[in-house]
Amino acid sequence: MIQALIGWIESTRPNQVVQNVFWIIPVVQTIHILSVSIVMASMAMLDLRLMGLGLGRHSIASLAQRFMPWAWGALLLLLLTGTVLIIGEPGRSLGNWVFQLKMSLLLLAVIASLILIHRLRRDREYWERTPKLRIASRVLGLLLLMLWVGIVVCGRWIAYVG
Amino acid sequence: MIDSFLQWLQETAPAVAIAESSWLFPTIETVHVLALTIVVGSIVMIDLRLIGATQRHRSVIELTQEVLPWTWIGFAVAVCTGSLMFTSNAVKYFANVPFRIKMILLASAGINMLFFHLVTYRSAHVWHMDAKIPPSGRIAGGVSLALWISIVGFGRWIGFV
Repeated sequence: MIQALIGWIESTRPNQVVQNVFWIIPVVQTIHILSVSIVMASMAMLDLRLMGLGLGRHSIASLAQRFMPWAWGALLLLLLTGTVLIIGEPGRSLGNWVFQLKMSLLLLAVIASLILIHRLRRDREYWERTPKLRIASRVLGLLLLMLWVGIVVCGRWIAYVG
Repeated sequence: MIDSFLQWLQETAPAVAIAESSWLFPTIETVHVLALTIVVGSIVMIDLRLIGATQRHRSVIELTQEVLPWTWIGFAVAVCTGSLMFTSNAVKYFANVPFRIKMILLASAGINMLFFHLVTYRSAHVWHMDAKIPPSGRIAGGVSLALWISIVGFGRWIGFV
């Protein structure tokens, strides 16, 4: 099924455009890397706070409010630029297990982030209420950081594997 | 003289190991990308505050104190990994035009930052809470933003030449 999808994308006009206009892929990749930088820097700050490794003077809720809009905005740009890259070279990505792993990790990171902010929406102090929740927030911070790092690692290795 | 130095450099044991291994270069490159995301992301946060685009209510001093230590850690890692990648094919990278432009832009970003810290930032205690900071600070932020976007662009381009 994936092979059929790849074959279909390769037969479309947008695929030809991305393939033949030499600057599209480097420029789109550059925007992609800049957007990754926004996500990584803002999520690293939030995750370090969750783990209790800094920014202690700010509450988790205030940092989530400060950084999540950046992450969502950059994520939208990542999906757009990522789609252009897939249209240009569907065989390099869609059929590649590293790409599929990257998308799975991304899904997990989004779900974990939604759980984080969903709890904060009802109770701004939620993650600091009990010792158990404080441990849970640290685990969540570590998990999120590892997921984002994993996503970047997979992103780079798509070029080398498959 | 530089040619013989570059030739010597890429024949050193670590350089040869990186060039010949199937996984060393991609691994070092991946660490380089992780480091650069922290460097660029954190600098963009400060630059956007300086030009007054975001976080206008936040103290510039507080923001730089929170963010810059991470920027420097990331930068140190990026320099180490970047140097390792350079040694693996020193002669070719040195002749690579996007590589040369990137190095010039990096030096420019350094000068811009140095000027900001030694001159503009000295009076930061006066304006650090202002939504609109002095023009010299806003210019430094805009220049930095443009330089770092270009650095990422030319960095990516190195691999396409």
